[in-house]
Amino acid sequence: MVGATPKPRTLAEKVWDDHVVRAAEGEPDLLFIDLHLLHEVTSPQAFDGLRLAGRRVRRTDLTLATEDHNTPTGYADPSFNTRRGELFTIADTVSRTQIETLRKNCAEFGIPIRSLGDVNQGIVHVIGPQLGLTQPGLTIVCGDSHTSTHGAFGALAFGIGTSEVEHVLATQTLPQTKPKTMAVTVTGELRPGVTAKDLILALIAQAGTGGGNGHIVEYRGEAIRGLSMEGRMTICNMSIEWGAKAGMIAPDETTFEYLRGREHAPAGEQWDAAVAYWKTLATDEDAEFDTEIFLDASAISPFITWGTNPGQGAPLNGVVPDPEEFIEETDRNAARHALEYMALRPGTPFREVPVDVVFVGSCTNGRLEDLRAAAEVIQGRRVHDGVRMLVVPGSYKVREAAEAEGLDKIFADAGAEWRFAGCSMCLGMNPDTLSAGERAASTSNRNFEGRQGKGGRTHLVSPQVAAATAVAGRLAAPADL
Amino acid sequence: MDKFVTHRGKVMPLRRSDVDTDQIIPAVYLKRVTRTGFEDGLFRAWREDPGFVLNNPSYGGATILVAGPNFGTGSSRQHAVWALRDWGFKVVIAARFGDIFRGNALKEGLLPVQLDQKAVEAIWELAESEPEKEIMVDLGERQVRVDDAVWTFPIDEFSRWRLMEGLDDIGLTLRHENTITEYEQHRSHFKPVVA
Ligand code: SF4
Repeated sequence: MVGATPKPRTLAEKVWDDHVVRAAEGEPDLLFIDLHLLHEVTSPQAFDGLRLAGRRVRRTDLTLATEDHNTPTGYADPSFNTRRGELFTIADTVSRTQIETLRKNCAEFGIPIRSLGDVNQGIVHVIGPQLGLTQPGLTIVCGDSHTSTHGAFGALAFGIGTSEVEHVLATQTLPQTKPKTMAVTVTGELRPGVTAKDLILALIAQAGTGGGNGHIVEYRGEAIRGLSMEGRMTICNMSIEWGAKAGMIAPDETTFEYLRGREHAPAGEQWDAAVAYWKTLATDEDAEFDTEIFLDASAISPFITWGTNPGQGAPLNGVVPDPEEFIEETDRNAARHALEYMALRPGTPFREVPVDVVFVGSCTNGRLEDLRAAAEVIQGRRVHDGVRMLVVPGSYKVREAAEAEGLDKIFADAGAEWRFAGCSMCLGMNPDTLSAGERAASTSNRNFEGRQGKGGRTHLVSPQVAAATAVAGRLAAPADL
Repeated sequence: MDKFVTHRGKVMPLRRSDVDTDQIIPAVYLKRVTRTGFEDGLFRAWREDPGFVLNNPSYGGATILVAGPNFGTGSSRQHAVWALRDWGFKVVIAARFGDIFRGNALKEGLLPVQLDQKAVEAIWELAESEPEKEIMVDLGERQVRVDDAVWTFPIDEFSRWRLMEGLDDIGLTLRHENTITEYEQHRSHFKPVVA
């Protein structure tokens, strides 16, 4: 209707509406998927399903595979770089089978793959943005819950299960019921030394692990606008840890600058058309969210987790909480269980908790900026006696860029291990694991029981806190050194 | 997929909240490339405790798992659903589910039933006092029933219909292949391609 004012919409609604292939009363919307990322763990059964049904992959040009979860990150052999893609370094036969299966499946169905040894290999959520494939306004899926990372660009990105992977492979679409929308407005400014990781851990501790359930969350406000793309990715990455379907941040100049000139970013006239479109995506002023949360960035300090879910967190300045002080019985029980598993006593100052291992890496904090932050803290210092520190770049390219700046030297001089790209100690699926009873400060996103190896104990932290902890041998912030 | 209309079965009470998918099946089991046989990984770490409910012979043959709130949070692994299904569960009851887990379960015909925590507690107590007792899960009526108690649970009409008809999602979507092709012809030219 000419002259009618269109209903104000949120960022999430705009991207959603642009992808509806088919809508029917009483049925989920059928959404078109712009980018489908694959890795070795959640895809084999999907390909099996396609074969069983005699189906093809509809859009191999919108599908990209990489190897990350199972890949080892330490290579004794210095000639590794010249022996691209060889599997001789994967000693675990099951891991090798999974990777070989992915390669065979990609070859059979014609899907591009960035294999171990390829310069573009890396954690799936690191290489998408790095290649410029992750762009505002896209729908992006992957059989991996941390697909929410890509929402940092204003894409609608979410994790799917293997049967949905099969569905996207066969149809390039997904039937989806429209989630509710939520705004998380972060006002004020983060204080020096406080990072995106601290912000998201504090938010999850406040909102609870189920706080975002059923919602697409849009992070907004001046503290979010002030973050780099890396910081924004850290925030969106952990959306799933408080139950959100997806996390999104409206694209702005920071986003455009990050994308400009990347391999798969639009160029020339295409670039101008794309930017013009991207600018229309921001939430309309009068748009309404189903739920709203406000957070004051200036009140946040370095944050850590003490328990076995990402919501069990507290400021590093504090002490291990007393389970009896939780109001809800389920929370009390969960805290009791967690402290027993974590071998922590209520009232102990966090700064007195010694660690065995420090892990810097993962799709939460394994990008160049994260490595720089850790290097800055550790430069000229030594990793504490008896502490093992692993630094694992999120992608092969991140590794190269870090080496070009000499970060590898800084870590090596401090006594840390400088490794190849992969998920590494984020999850116990490859040779980098904690032993039973070992305690880690980890920049990853999950502190679940056994996540980093059976019986391992995890404290989630920022790269800065991780590095300071490595030096101190106990949980510590850079200011403590 | 088998049709799901009603199911009567024994209950296994799992008195834990925030059961994440890493607990349902640890990451090492994700290394497999097959589609079945995941029951050996189910709650692997907790099963080492002889007192864990899965080891209790009284609950042998239980097909309905009743757990605390926030069941199936964490990683997107479909293996969590396969492990529960391969063990023999047909229904999981909890006050709240992780979104991805819930979606995965619906796709595999494992019915996630959302009841409030009070109902969960009542079923736990019943199962603990009478482990042999069977309860009725009626998808047609959206009800869980036992003795005189009746609880209603929410499920969207479409998922319910799919489960009751035992329909496969991909086949359903491919009936609209022309609509997909039409959509593809109007996508913005600046959107990226991989190859
Ligand atoms: S780094 Fe960790 S969270 Fe990220 S994709 Fe790998 S295993 Fe998943």
